[in-house]
Amino acid sequence: MSNMNLTLKIWRQKDAQSKGVMETYEVKDISPDSSFLEMLDVLNENLVSQKQEPIAFDHDCREGICGTCSLYISGRAHGPMRGVTTCQLHMRSFKDGDTIYIEPWRSKAMPVIKDLIVDRSAFDRIQQAGGFISVNTSGNTQDANGIPIPKGDADKAFDAAACIGCGACVATCKNGSAMLFVSAKVSQFALLPQGRVEAAKRVLNMVHQMDKEGFGNCTNTGACEVECPKGISLENIARMNREYLSAKVVSDEKIG
Amino acid sequence: MSKLDSKIPTGPIKDKWTKHKNDINVVNPANKRLIDIIVIGTGLAGGSAAASLAELGYNVKAFCYQDSPRRAHSIAAQGGINASKNYQNDNDSDYRLFYDTVKGGDYRSREANVYRLAEVSGNIIDQCVAQGVPFARDYGGLLDNRSFGGVLVSRTFYAKGQTGQQLLLGAYSAMNRQIAKGKITMYNRHEMLELVVVDGKARGIIARNLVTGEIERHSAHAVVIGSGGYGNVFYLSTNAMGSNATAAWKIHKKGAYFANPCYTQIHPTCIPRSGEHQSKLTLMSESLRNDGRIWVPKKLEDAEAIRAKKKKPTDIPEEDRDYYLERRYPAFGNLVPRDVASRAAKERCDAGYGVNATGEAVYLDFASAIERYGKEKAHVLGMHNPSKEKITELGEKVIEEKYGNLFQMYEKIVDENPYKTPMMIYPAVHYTMGGIWVDYNLMTTIPGCYCIGEANFSDHGANRLGASALMQGLADGYFVLPYTIGDYLANEIRTGEIPTDTPEFDEAEKSVRDRLEKLLSIKGTKSVDHFHKRLGKVMWNYVGMARNADGLKKAMDEIKKIREEFWSDLYVPGELNAMNTELEKAGRVADFLELGEFFAVDALNRNESCGGHFREEYQTEEGEAKRDDENYAYVAAWEWTGDPRTPILHKEELTFHDIELKQRSYK
Ligand SMILES: Cc1cc2nc3c(=O)[nH]c(=O)nc-3n(C[C@H](O)[C@H](O)[C@H](O)COP(=O)(O)OP(=O)(O)OC[C@H]3O[C@@H](n4cnc5c(N)ncnc54)[C@H](O)[C@@H]3O)c2cc1C
Ligand code: SF4
Ligand code: FES
Repeated sequence: MSNMNLTLKIWRQKDAQSKGVMETYEVKDISPDSSFLEMLDVLNENLVSQKQEPIAFDHDCREGICGTCSLYISGRAHGPMRGVTTCQLHMRSFKDGDTIYIEPWRSKAMPVIKDLIVDRSAFDRIQQAGGFISVNTSGNTQDANGIPIPKGDADKAFDAAACIGCGACVATCKNGSAMLFVSAKVSQFALLPQGRVEAAKRVLNMVHQMDKEGFGNCTNTGACEVECPKGISLENIARMNREYLSAKVVSDEKIG
Repeated sequence: MSKLDSKIPTGPIKDKWTKHKNDINVVNPANKRLIDIIVIGTGLAGGSAAASLAELGYNVKAFCYQDSPRRAHSIAAQGGINASKNYQNDNDSDYRLFYDTVKGGDYRSREANVYRLAEVSGNIIDQCVAQGVPFARDYGGLLDNRSFGGVLVSRTFYAKGQTGQQLLLGAYSAMNRQIAKGKITMYNRHEMLELVVVDGKARGIIARNLVTGEIERHSAHAVVIGSGGYGNVFYLSTNAMGSNATAAWKIHKKGAYFANPCYTQIHPTCIPRSGEHQSKLTLMSESLRNDGRIWVPKKLEDAEAIRAKKKKPTDIPEEDRDYYLERRYPAFGNLVPRDVASRAAKERCDAGYGVNATGEAVYLDFASAIERYGKEKAHVLGMHNPSKEKITELGEKVIEEKYGNLFQMYEKIVDENPYKTPMMIYPAVHYTMGGIWVDYNLMTTIPGCYCIGEANFSDHGANRLGASALMQGLADGYFVLPYTIGDYLANEIRTGEIPTDTPEFDEAEKSVRDRLEKLLSIKGTKSVDHFHKRLGKVMWNYVGMARNADGLKKAMDEIKKIREEFWSDLYVPGELNAMNTELEKAGRVADFLELGEFFAVDALNRNESCGGHFREEYQTEEGEAKRDDENYAYVAAWEWTGDPRTPILHKEELTFHDIELKQRSYK
């Protein structure tokens, strides 16, 4: 495959207060082996050499694990490939002469900070509302092998814990729902004996915070699962709904 | 010299930590509320420290440059974390972990620290499981282990290829609990740019809010630096794009000694670079060496044919393959420590046996593991005479179960299926053993300023063993610092809140502002990346896997030249008082341009080869590293003088009471 020339339509927005616009850029001689973000690096180098401000985008690990990169690429969160983050996307997925649209996540609960960078702090606040097990650091917790955990449960908990908190699920959902993200954390703990103790309180608090942040409702369209780079399964949402209902019944009884 | 007191407790090694804990001061719970602690970094070290300190009752302010503490680069650690639990009953013990670590570090670490690390390693696993970290388990529901390089036991705990992620999310969840309680105030997207010292004590920091560009003052009774390693001085490394040395470098310039900067780990199994556009290198976890066999063709003409794409690796018959690690190191084979494996790969590639277009790659081959596992599985399933295809199919499933995400990562980058054709790998910069000098309490040479995790120099000597960085980061943050910091803070209970409207804060803020303004005002012609890439090339060519005196001198001069050019021809667009990613990078690269030269000074000073520091002048006839214990069994702790070329050397002599100093052998 030879090198390619591309047209990029990119969202530029000075800051949270300003209105943004789509701008057009050309990049030339891009290697199919370079990553999508390396292609943006090339564009940014060009912009800087023309004394213009480079495009601001979030990224850090560039290997699909930190969840920092985002980008809505030609209508798909993290681009056209399934199961990858933007930083893992390579230019061999595109063709010479393509026009690529690059936009930030768009969600009321995740406002744009600058260009392609959005504010995902709502995710942190949801985790702070209950995404933990209340155990202090001490050298005296019980031996790690004290509670055997069936491999099946441990594996499922792990699969849920693999969420990288990128926000693609929200960006891709027509309702802007964060259910996949929240349910992943709720499930991880709900599946482990250590997490059961606080399970009811956790799910109520996390869902409450989620609603407060302005995320939309889940109408089971399943788009999130398709775009999630870590393959977080819709099963988690079902599990969270069950957890939520039973917790709600108990807490209503208590209150009632 | 009087400043360099390592404060190692007296007594037998196995009692030192217990005795020390009993001897040091404790702050009572009511007084802890009166004390503020700043923690820079939310990786395994900073995150675990922030959570534990807050649980104890201190007021913690935590900082990270990412948009969330969960994204610190610890998240990317793949393979696992060591602990001497002896769950596999393979005769592991604290002593054995201690011994392996000191030997693996080529006898350049401090015995007492390493023993303590081994001692608390088991607690880490208990703590993480209690937090809900989903480590891999076997069918009996108990925790599983794997082996890492440089050891003969199976003591590595793991969560698929995402161990760092799971451990960090554990620490993050512990932080979240404290954030919710108001005991930790979290400053995301903030970068520390200066340490404030008042009357000789660390009293605060100057940070820039990376969203608004605002320059802020923060005060505290102690400042803890857990900002990670400085591998990005090489430009290309397995570190994250934002990983930087700035916080560590700033405290160094304010009086914290920097130790052994030349001890850098070049990891043997990374995906080779593909071209000039490359922005970072991706690690393929060391755990793959449990099952992968490393080889290059025996015949030069085969290597040439492979490079010309006339032959495929699978065309090379068994007898024409050189499994060079198994050949050179029969006892440890593919599981020799990283420094040894990296140099061996370089040796073969320099001799012309490299297997990709650049000539800088060797194979990591899973075919025999796939066959072995396939047969085992077939046997378990009660299949008699399974076909070769069936065996391969079953074997690939086992490999997928163990390393699926790594294989997938590889395929995405290289566009080749590693189940069917061997992976190509090559060494890359990965970890920095050197760092800020700390005493046994993890305090730097600035009172009240601590340094933890990869940012300090403490436990790995000249070479770190796999799965030991996660262990060290969490040991420092969960189990060491929360005790040792009390010893210092016990004298601070009557200090009261530290004001920020003092001349020291004024001066520190002004220096930060002046420097940022200077970077913006150069208005030259070249980008930050331009300089960073040039620095990286010099570092890799002369200060990389093999070093010699001439090359190091050359590097020092070249780096100085690049630095001068940087300060006269850099162009940084944008403004100070707004989000400005180029300005952030510029500050970091400016520091790397000093650190790089200083790094070469240290490498030139150390006239021996040890661990990750290989001086071509000092090798055995077989090309192994040749240490000089008589003259170099010391930690080189350097004091800043204003010029990276002329730091002042302070030596901490290393004494070995519990381990005999001898030439490392993995044969
Ligand atoms: C790809 C990869 C795989 C690895 N795999 C393993 C493994 O399997 N086992 C193992 O034991 N080790 C492994 N390591 C090494 C290990 O992951 C690291 O050494 C360790 O995680 C470092 O942790 P840390 O807390 O010291 O720093 P980091 O996790 O790097 O955290 C640094 C923190 O400091 C913050 N920071 C930095 N500078 C500033 C500043 N100026 N102002 C404010 N905040 C700042 C960052 O935001 C971040 O929060 C691996 C490393 C890499 C790169
Ligand atoms: S559930 Fe998937 S898409 Fe959503 S934040 Fe987690 S990893 Fe990203
Ligand atoms: S940059 Fe870390 S996941 Fe993409």
